[in-house]
Amino acid sequence: MTVTEPQLAEHFGATIARGDRIEPRDWMPEAYRRTLIRQIAQHAHSEIIGMQPEGDWISRAPSLRRKAILLAKVQDEAGHGLYLYSACETLGTSRRELTDKLLSGKQKYSSIFNYPTPSYADVGTIGWLVDGAAICNQVPLCRTSFGPYGRAMIRICKEESFHQRQGYELLMTMMRGTDEQRAMVQESVDRFWWPALMMFGPPDGASPNTEQSMAWGIKRNTNDELRQKFVDMTVPQARALGVTLPDPQLRWNSERQAHDFGEPDWDEFWAVVNGAGPCNAERLAHRRKAHDDGAWVREAAVAFARLEEAL
Amino acid sequence: MISDDLLGSEAHWAFGTDFEDPLAGVDTTVPDDIDPAALARYCLMLGDDALVLSQRLSEWCSRAPDLEEDIALANIALDLLGEARLLLARAAVADPSVVPSLPDGSPVPAEDALAFFRSPAEFRNVTMTELPNGDFAETITRLLLFSVWRLAEFESLLTHPDAVLAAVAAKGRKELAYHRDFAARWFVTLARGTAESRRRVLTALAGLWAFWPELDAPADVEVVLDQVFAAADVSRPEVTPARGLGRECVHTEALTDLLAEMQSVARAHPRGLW
Amino acid sequence: MSEWPLYEVFVRGKRGLNHVHVGSLHAPDDKLALMHARDVYTRRNEGVSIWVVRASDITASSPDEKDPMFAPSGDKVYRHPTFYDIPAHVPHL
Ligand SMILES: [Fe+2]
Ligand SMILES: [Fe+2]
Repeated sequence: MTVTEPQLAEHFGATIARGDRIEPRDWMPEAYRRTLIRQIAQHAHSEIIGMQPEGDWISRAPSLRRKAILLAKVQDEAGHGLYLYSACETLGTSRRELTDKLLSGKQKYSSIFNYPTPSYADVGTIGWLVDGAAICNQVPLCRTSFGPYGRAMIRICKEESFHQRQGYELLMTMMRGTDEQRAMVQESVDRFWWPALMMFGPPDGASPNTEQSMAWGIKRNTNDELRQKFVDMTVPQARALGVTLPDPQLRWNSERQAHDFGEPDWDEFWAVVNGAGPCNAERLAHRRKAHDDGAWVREAAVAFARLEEAL
Repeated sequence: MISDDLLGSEAHWAFGTDFEDPLAGVDTTVPDDIDPAALARYCLMLGDDALVLSQRLSEWCSRAPDLEEDIALANIALDLLGEARLLLARAAVADPSVVPSLPDGSPVPAEDALAFFRSPAEFRNVTMTELPNGDFAETITRLLLFSVWRLAEFESLLTHPDAVLAAVAAKGRKELAYHRDFAARWFVTLARGTAESRRRVLTALAGLWAFWPELDAPADVEVVLDQVFAAADVSRPEVTPARGLGRECVHTEALTDLLAEMQSVARAHPRGLW
Repeated sequence: MSEWPLYEVFVRGKRGLNHVHVGSLHAPDDKLALMHARDVYTRRNEGVSIWVVRASDITASSPDEKDPMFAPSGDKVYRHPTFYDIPAHVPHL
């Protein structure tokens, strides 16, 4: 008995429609597979590249407690990348292939990590705003239609809550410290606010893939919906912290029961996506060096495993 | 409430309530028959070893040969950092005069005053821990030598009259046993992997072996090491021991550089709250 | 070239529970796979016992992707849910 492609497609569609998950061995449309690989890989690359801006501060963390928290946090991001690469591998690609695509620039990572981190307050701001925005993006993905991706996201979201808390707690502590520290916090928030809003991607009108991804259950909310939710969640947190968000248009709209806010600079967004951000070259060079420097170790381990097997 | 929302439950912290406090139920008074200054000095030796090597290992973060190794090295760095914090805090309790004095009103806790406000000439770590990382072979070789020695040292502390030191040793020995196994496994792997990896590991061992005598390891520790060397098909290098005087607070430039970086933010804000 | 093989990781969360599939990783051999599994998947005291198995050594039903008889239960490795709660404070879930 031969099953035709339309029959398989119908079965696939019905599974999605029921809200069931697609699993790796299931038949799936090639475009669904491609879209997933692109999205999961980009997400995985973001976790790995995202280790750098904060990782830079591990050696200089100003207390041993903060050093431990920061190292554990950046280590978690390596874990997130690992979980996501694994999820991606169930779609028939390999970590090696994905790494090559990252290093050759064929696949992207989140633009937020192309911004520099000149101040220790940035560790707090990244935890609060960047991990906070990531959580907004990622919580709905726990119910994404592809099983391995959803399961990886569940694990990641559980760990992300620690990230956001440690960041917010660092900022709260600094706000109770010296005037200089308070100024550091505000300065850092001023730099990261707009890039954090850009993390949700371009406005819905300029995001052509959103509709198909939502139909497939890969994405569960539009970029603008998530951005709005993030702003509404963050405003009261900023107030409690005692910082000002750098947007003169930001105000509560009682009609919409949501905040109005200004438009991010989308020209800057596209410039950074396309490689012109302040740290694009540096981030990739750092990753490439680690990969190249480790080649002899990975090869030695394979050689030793073969030797053991032969015995 | 915001604070409930973001800070409410400890359960999600990496160092939250799920994790045992190694000092729970331990009598923390310094016993009468112990010389407090000697206890503090000893805690600083062990604490500085852990702090400095942890600092070196954490430099691997985002730079390891693969993600799995990145995570493993961070775990080891975190274990050592945890040991360092307990030991520095103990040194401060045993002999408060070892803690550098800070400006009035500085909120810096003792463990941080010791870590961030001492000069290189006040650190008691062995030379081996402060040397730059080098390549993965050097990092693994140093970790092997260090953890084989430190595990034995901690085992001898299990019955130490200071209950805190004994409790730190009881927790640390489990960590160190894992560090030793991890390092031994990689040492053997590199020594027997490819010609390139073998060359690198032999170079690393030749360089580090000069600093082995500084650890002053008992004979049974060398037996363990010899077993690993046998599995790796390497022998003890013939090198002249270096004059390692870390315990007497004599250090290389490498420690000066390491501390300058590590202490930079804390020193820029001596009244800062973190 | 020399990419490390993929391993599947199963963790017993506490005594009395089954080992549950928690994810995957790469390792050159079984011993390092076990060490990696400990470092990657039990960083937060999540386990008392770990199994690792090479993904290529797992026999699964529905070997043919185009087999129309696939059922949700047809996949041995990936079907297991992971039992991690979404933290209560994470909004809107
Ligand atoms: Fe993450
Ligand atoms: Fe994170």
